[in-house]
Amino acid sequence: MAARHKSVETKYMEDRDKVLRGLGRLDRRTFLKVLAASAGAVMAKGLVAPHTFQLVNVADAAVDKSASGTGAAGTPPFTFAYVSDTHMYLRTLNQRFVKGAVKAVEDVNALDPQPDFVLFGGDLAQLGRPEELEQGKGVLSMLKAPVKMMVGEHDWFYDLGEKWQELFGPPNYSFDWKGVHVIVLMSVHEKDFWTARKLTPAERMQIVAGLDNGIQSRFEVGDEERAWLKRDLAKVPTSTPLLVFSHSPLYKYYRNWNFWTEDAEQVQALLRPYPKVTVIHGHTHQMLFNQVGNISFYGMLSTAWPWPYAPEGLPPLTVQMNRADPYDQLDGLGDGRIDVGKDGLADMMYNLWDRNPVTVHSQYLRSRGKLYRPPAPQFASY
Amino acid sequence: MTSRRIVFLMLGTTIAAAPLAIRCARSYAQQPADKPAVTHAVPAADNGGTVVMLCDGKTSIEVRNLKPGQTMSRAQAQAVSDSLMAKWQRAHPGERWEVAQASPAGGQTSYAAGSARVAPAAAPSLAVQQGDTYASFQPRDYQVWKAETDKFVADGKSIFHDAKALGSTIGISCDMCHPDASNTHPETYPKYQVQLQRVALLRDMIDWCIENPIKGKALDPNDPKLRALEAYIYAQRKGVPLDYGKH
Repeated sequence: MAARHKSVETKYMEDRDKVLRGLGRLDRRTFLKVLAASAGAVMAKGLVAPHTFQLVNVADAAVDKSASGTGAAGTPPFTFAYVSDTHMYLRTLNQRFVKGAVKAVEDVNALDPQPDFVLFGGDLAQLGRPEELEQGKGVLSMLKAPVKMMVGEHDWFYDLGEKWQELFGPPNYSFDWKGVHVIVLMSVHEKDFWTARKLTPAERMQIVAGLDNGIQSRFEVGDEERAWLKRDLAKVPTSTPLLVFSHSPLYKYYRNWNFWTEDAEQVQALLRPYPKVTVIHGHTHQMLFNQVGNISFYGMLSTAWPWPYAPEGLPPLTVQMNRADPYDQLDGLGDGRIDVGKDGLADMMYNLWDRNPVTVHSQYLRSRGKLYRPPAPQFASY
Repeated sequence: MTSRRIVFLMLGTTIAAAPLAIRCARSYAQQPADKPAVTHAVPAADNGGTVVMLCDGKTSIEVRNLKPGQTMSRAQAQAVSDSLMAKWQRAHPGERWEVAQASPAGGQTSYAAGSARVAPAAAPSLAVQQGDTYASFQPRDYQVWKAETDKFVADGKSIFHDAKALGSTIGISCDMCHPDASNTHPETYPKYQVQLQRVALLRDMIDWCIENPIKGKALDPNDPKLRALEAYIYAQRKGVPLDYGKH
């Protein structure tokens, strides 16, 4: 009698086991189709936020076996967090931006388990003053995990990097992490626009701080640093996944707002031999992502203020975030977490404050938008 | 008319009289470029000086001390210009220069050959209404008014980008969130603005931003700064269709 009558729970568990065993026997393409379909069904029911959907972890195992271009077994997965574009004035003038930065620090400190490290994405200070940079260092020192610093234009153009280098060391450097080669670039160099105009350091900084004045030069990595990058990559086999941290996007989005890297093509050419490259960039203060050839690009959120999407040049793969509510000082802002999988590719989790989080998967970008499409906005920019 | 006289006519009109030049310019009608410029018959100088002619092609005076090759000082040129206008006024008692030049009969003016070629108005067509104020507007009028408007918009642009001018107590200016006045949507007003809990005009929203994210003092609706900001924001959306109430 017991064998003929199974409880609902037993039947459910048996069905579930059958499905999961069956998934392991599928070929890769069918597996991904089933995955997308079931993820879609779950999301449509609003049951779980996408980034917690467990089957994605199983997908990693299936995917990386057939990952191209690598003879290695793959890299151990790891996670790092980011805090970016804090733009802090001295707290005596403006507390709002300091509060935003502190909130991000608290978010990252609350992660369990802690990330391997925290990337600071640039623009720590607002007007590049030594006191602002000191204050910023103090705020970031509250982070429990180790911090990898990256410089932005707001940190640099008051004294051309003097205080930054004193506090944080060289603006561009590289290191290896769990089988991935990580490169931190200084990608906001500018051709001299200030000497001919006889600008004071404060005036120069004020011009760089303005997004739309058109006086400053376009950002670039520059000849010298590209040569450094070439030398650095000479030691790295092309099977190694790369993570490139950059403040400017390393592609050309919107020239008028310096959402732009003038020598982007040349930098991308240096990265082209590597099938697995992910660029994490700051500066744009919005949910932004792109795929150019072999390179995936993710823009980081700001903790200070959000920006509207530019009138043209938006990468087609980007799914916009809803317009920010000016009444809510936290809206359109946030921090985030990047999960690097066994295949060395990275998924970006946007931890948007006062909104549901959004995860953008590497397979969404690499499938050119066919898989894992992030949720659509209701209030896109216009 | 010798070329020297033509040159001095140019000099006279350009150096002398901004007011005179403007008055003459107001008389120009828009003409296609291929029509030949009218040149005026300037009478000969009787006393060894230089004849300066008004752009009506009729009124002229001789400046006795002005020899060929000489230029006048600004004060002298102004005096010449004033004399010319006075002479015209005596010949046209009770009339106003602007009206006389704007009327079809008075449309025979031009700078001398050698300057920008603008042909005088053709004989007025019976198919187009004439004689009223608006029909008398000339390209120079439009230029002046456009310059004024652009200046107003430029004032608004500079305030938009200046935390101090906005009265911010925390160093924030409009362009930080709205580069090039993006995401301001002036074409959607009036609309219910949830942040103000009432139907708002663009001006009200600007004031709300000044009070809240910018932490300055709200400007009076008739404050020239607020009006200039509004002008700049509208100017950035030229050509976008109006769509009041859009969210």
